Amino acid sequence: MSHETRRRAGWGATALARAPALTLVILLAPIAAGLAGTLLPAFGWLPVVGAAGFSLEPWRILLADPGLGQSLALSLWTGFATTSLSLLLALALLATCHHTPWLRRIRQILAPLLAVPHAALAFGLAFLIAPSGWLARWFSPWATGWDRPPDLAGFGPQDPWGLSLILALLLKQTPYLLFMGLSGLSQLPVESWSATARSLGYGPITTFFKVILPSLYPLLRLPVFAALAFSLTVVDVALIIGPSTPPTLAVRALRWFNDPELSWRLPAAAAAVLLTLLVLASLAAWEGTVRLLGRLSRFWVIGGWRGGMGGIARRLALGGGGMVFACATLSMWGLLLWSVARHWSFPLAWPERWTLENWTGQTDNLSAMIGATSIIGVAATALALGLSVACLEHEARQRPTFAGRSLWLLYLPLLAPQVGFLFGIQVLLVWTGLDGGWPALVWAHLLFVLPYVFLSLADPWRAFDARYQQTALALGASRARVFWRVKLPMLRGPVAVAAAVGFSISVAQYLPTLFAGAGRHATITTEAVTLASGANRRIIGVYAAVQATLPLLGFAVALWIAKRRPG
Amino acid sequence: MNVNDSRMLVLKDIRIRLQDRLLFAPLNLTVHPGEVVTVMGPSGCGKSTLLNYICGILPPAFEARGSVRLGGRELTGLPLEQRRIGILFQDILLFPHLSVAENLAFGLRAGHSRQTRRFRVETALQDAGLEGLGGRDPATLSAGQQARAALMRTLLAEPEALLLDEPFSKLDTELRARIRTFVFEHARQRRLPTLLVTHDPADATDAAGPAIVLDRAPALSDGNPTAAAADPENPKTAPPPVPTAPRRP
Repeated sequence: MSHETRRRAGWGATALARAPALTLVILLAPIAAGLAGTLLPAFGWLPVVGAAGFSLEPWRILLADPGLGQSLALSLWTGFATTSLSLLLALALLATCHHTPWLRRIRQILAPLLAVPHAALAFGLAFLIAPSGWLARWFSPWATGWDRPPDLAGFGPQDPWGLSLILALLLKQTPYLLFMGLSGLSQLPVESWSATARSLGYGPITTFFKVILPSLYPLLRLPVFAALAFSLTVVDVALIIGPSTPPTLAVRALRWFNDPELSWRLPAAAAAVLLTLLVLASLAAWEGTVRLLGRLSRFWVIGGWRGGMGGIARRLALGGGGMVFACATLSMWGLLLWSVARHWSFPLAWPERWTLENWTGQTDNLSAMIGATSIIGVAATALALGLSVACLEHEARQRPTFAGRSLWLLYLPLLAPQVGFLFGIQVLLVWTGLDGGWPALVWAHLLFVLPYVFLSLADPWRAFDARYQQTALALGASRARVFWRVKLPMLRGPVAVAAAVGFSISVAQYLPTLFAGAGRHATITTEAVTLASGANRRIIGVYAAVQATLPLLGFAVALWIAKRRPG
Repeated sequence: MNVNDSRMLVLKDIRIRLQDRLLFAPLNLTVHPGEVVTVMGPSGCGKSTLLNYICGILPPAFEARGSVRLGGRELTGLPLEQRRIGILFQDILLFPHLSVAENLAFGLRAGHSRQTRRFRVETALQDAGLEGLGGRDPATLSAGQQARAALMRTLLAEPEALLLDEPFSKLDTELRARIRTFVFEHARQRRLPTLLVTHDPADATDAAGPAIVLDRAPALSDGNPTAAAADPENPKTAPPPVPTAPRRP
């Protein structure tokens, strides 16, 4: 080995050793700063708007707001309903299918749903289930007697229970939790446990709940927390399909942040702090309930009840899974239909006249949006890949760094409410003059892209058989060469998939673009959500379709790379 | 047919194919109550596959036919949980989220009073020399203690037959001999037909019962054209059965 290469290797090793710390700083510094930057205005300190003394006035304004209680209750209800329902459905599917070939099929069927942004699904669902939506059109007027859209309470702005919002979130959370559950199952000796319990006479579904779930849930805890925190604080989906009078707490905070009267930012910050506290309390309440259920169920677990074959349960679970899939698929097709419809009056089930003008009229704006979305997405994904690979490679060569407890830190951006810390980040960006720049935008996206890229890369990276490297090292190759010529090419599939996951997460971001972009940058997602307030379904269809297609394209490329032979 | 015979495990003309290759020559075997029959063979000969077939959990890649009867019931087609077959695996597999006593209680069927359940678990713990360890986390038990607890859990579920899938292979030689004796004693005491699969001749010697060796199926049924001649539907061309376990006097 020449002097030169030894120095290079030394430099590489140092860089690797610093990767975990650097990654944590990149993730955690903005969140900590952002939370502080939200906390200070909540107590009256925001010099930009001329508020420089500490006071409780923002809280007084917030608490005096007549709709606050309702907003709070709505957020809690939609958050808990969505998370419980999607977890139940995901567990029911795992329980009824964990020992059958259906498991693999469900995985393949639901996989594309993971890539589609929440907002696009929410638009599609709105087009499907609105009083003037596709479903109503199929049954009108012959079954319903409607020849004009009925004025129904119970949808969108007039949906006091937020049922459409819950359904929209369910379409994404169920596949997400199902996939996290599958990845958890692959870490447990499921087949042997299942055979043991069944040989003792337990039916397959009872086996899942009595034997497998107690060990599976700890692996699902953080993903479930992320789902709960997300449902409690989601903004874009709530803007599209959620109730507006009153809206959820997160939407209310955002409205105040966007108020032309800048002094409203103080109570907005207070609302964001309140939302953060709400999330913390909800996570604690959820965990408490799960533990209580665990303790109460102990009597049932060891009580000897065997359960049956669970034929009915399987049909219910498959039916629920089928509903989710059908809703999502119809939603996507509805978007595409609207994007090429010229005239489509109620109650016709299909457009009367077709046109490409919805698309051609938008080409300039669309290409600008696609360009901006891709630049941010590719940059954030590339950075996230680099950091994740460096951390994992360091871990493989040294000792675990991201294992166990530090996994919490990785999940932090997914648990903290976006409204809660993004506003603070914006305050800081304005203060430092960095707001509206590309670096700020990419960094804001990186906060959410990095955890997912790391998580999807971690398992395959850790499962890589070290003997390949040892063989190559024994042949005299340097560590760097072994990494670039052996390990990376062999892991190109997982790397490509992780990149596609990261890109899809970036495409879906709404609030980070809004806050870090200072209104100067728009992506396909911010543009689509902005259009939601107008009612032109054709244009919304175009933007939402593009929004859904970009991540799917990313996955198509990833699969192509994964299947291609290296070289 | 006497009372004992009605409780025996009977395997009849079992053929298991993987991609048209017969794993072993068609198998006929009768295991009487209280008898331990050992199935031996090199790894890859299909021993575990045979056990999976008896349990009804053969992966779909395999194609199998034949009949498994237990206590006069035809088991073919029944799901594992209805077969009443107790299995002890190579890995001991006490459930980590339950204490030792709870693992044993898991084996008990429902329908007894709380006191009865507790009493039966305590008795089983004593039988296995595990008094006072009921509250422990299974992971804190020694390998031998875990193996005994696992056997007790299986027996509390009141199986009608016992399958042992190399259950001692991870123990050291001395411990292995002791656990083996312990398991065989309990199986004989309850007059369970017991099938032991192993590659260790010492296991077979200790079982003191009939032993059969699973061999690769004869070449004629090895997926070449003559395999058709070995079709069981055609008794004239069916290959001769492998040595069947001798009947007890």
